[in-house]
Amino acid sequence: MATSAAPRVLEERGLGATLRRDAWWLAPAAVAIGLLAFGFYATWAAWVGDHYEWGPYLSPFYSPLFEPGWWPLSPAFLILWAPLGFRVTCYYYRKAYYRAFFLDPVACAVGEPRHDYHGERKLFVFQNLHRFFMYLAVVFIFILGWDAIVSFIWPVCSDAVRAVSVPGACGVLPSGELAEGPRTFGIGVGSLVLTINVILLAGFTFGCHALRHAVGGSIDCFSCAKFGRQRYRLWRGVTVLNKRHMFWAWISLFWVGFADLYVRLVAMGVISDLRLL
Amino acid sequence: MAKRVFRLFRGQGNTGQLVDYELECDEGMVVLDAVHRIQAEQAPDLACRWNCKAGKCGSCSAEINGKPRLMCMTRLSDYPPDRPITITPMKAFPLIKDLVTDVSWNYEVNRRLPEFKPRPPDFPDGSWRMYQYEVERAQEFRKCIECFLCQDVCHVLRTHRKHDEFIGPAFLTRAAAYETHPLDTNDRATYLKEQGGIGYCNITKCCTEVCPESIAITDNAIIPLKERVVDRHYDPLRAIVRLLKG
Ligand code: SF4
Ligand code: SF4
Ligand code: FES
Ligand code: FES
Repeated sequence: MATSAAPRVLEERGLGATLRRDAWWLAPAAVAIGLLAFGFYATWAAWVGDHYEWGPYLSPFYSPLFEPGWWPLSPAFLILWAPLGFRVTCYYYRKAYYRAFFLDPVACAVGEPRHDYHGERKLFVFQNLHRFFMYLAVVFIFILGWDAIVSFIWPVCSDAVRAVSVPGACGVLPSGELAEGPRTFGIGVGSLVLTINVILLAGFTFGCHALRHAVGGSIDCFSCAKFGRQRYRLWRGVTVLNKRHMFWAWISLFWVGFADLYVRLVAMGVISDLRLL
Repeated sequence: MAKRVFRLFRGQGNTGQLVDYELECDEGMVVLDAVHRIQAEQAPDLACRWNCKAGKCGSCSAEINGKPRLMCMTRLSDYPPDRPITITPMKAFPLIKDLVTDVSWNYEVNRRLPEFKPRPPDFPDGSWRMYQYEVERAQEFRKCIECFLCQDVCHVLRTHRKHDEFIGPAFLTRAAAYETHPLDTNDRATYLKEQGGIGYCNITKCCTEVCPESIAITDNAIIPLKERVVDRHYDPLRAIVRLLKG
């Protein structure tokens, strides 16, 4: 019987102190990298205020597009606060950044830096306003849904239109604007990118905990409540998405960034949009 | 199977140390078997608590390689054979001896929870009518075996020692079992905010990660309760509606 001396004080004192032997740092590190990468890209893409439109496509970072004359900065900043607020106060993202950035706790049963802890009682009490961002986020789903529909509407490709269009993108002028004239249904790769974008964002938004509460979670007795059955079904529906809320959070975050990048690269002329129909 | 090394915490009160025991192990053994064999063969004074050896009584909670787990539900084969398995007592509660902690704080918290208050019976024979679909939510929380592993891992208790101000995930789960029950009429929103300290929970989900009953503590119990607290205390629109309705 060998004895390895260790103090009774088993408490994890200080950041990273733990008896865990697995790679507990991996998940918070991956989250930190993912969020920082998106944060930098999104800030830059919103800041430049250019190359956000091409043909029937509008970058989701700039939708709905407001360009009032008095606004000195990029139009993205007029609207981005809403989806940003929605994500910042989302229950999943809260977990993610409390762990990855505030190290509070960085991982389960792993020590934290010493500090006064108040949880969501003091500074973070604003998180309780998540539901108001959710109301806005639902409106955004309709707006981005509209953008997705619009991305399927192209000018009819007559000879006259072709003559003024960029080569390979009949109906789109060299300035990126659509040609005048009658419209028809068409599909470009960008149409699919923007459609997938709104589907993924809807999967994220309609799995929101605050929405789950609003549609039925607040009811104790469904059989006693007005429209109880219907509200129960809605609650079940939101619950299905809610179970994978983290998945929807990441995939929709990645795709919304990708959708902006796609429109941007096409608008800059770095890549050309493939017209499928 | 070959020999394995177990590194057990031995001590009382505020002192103690990790002690290595080498043990012949058989196939299919769980950590609790190993602890019992150490008790039988090498350390008869080793204290550990257990009852069912079936993951149902919640007595054998401890920390295995730093992770809160039930000893009886943790297989040795899940760990590399050439490295010691460390077994320590739960850290959120006062130590009695070796692997046994004093969890009585939990029972006190339980007594303070606003109780289940059913509405008056629906029928003259004193019975009620409710439907399976509406009671299902509360049933998930009734699976709790009171192992208190979630309390142990919760950093609010474990690290920040807020035992006086926070009831912990186990009792937030219990509160949710009452609160979402179709017959219950009691309202716990203010209790949860004030005495329950639900605002201390920063929904970082460690409780959910360790629950041996796989209860979705954070998503299904705590967050829905937080939303109810928002309804009552943080939603200005609802406050205005309440004001207008008188
Ligand atoms: S989610 Fe809340 S209750 Fe659960 S461990 Fe984390 S802080 Fe504690
Ligand atoms: S909720 Fe789960 S982890 Fe917590 S005491 Fe109950 S069974 Fe144990
Ligand atoms: S909880 Fe994640 S969006 Fe509302
Ligand atoms: S001995 Fe009962 S849960 Fe482990």
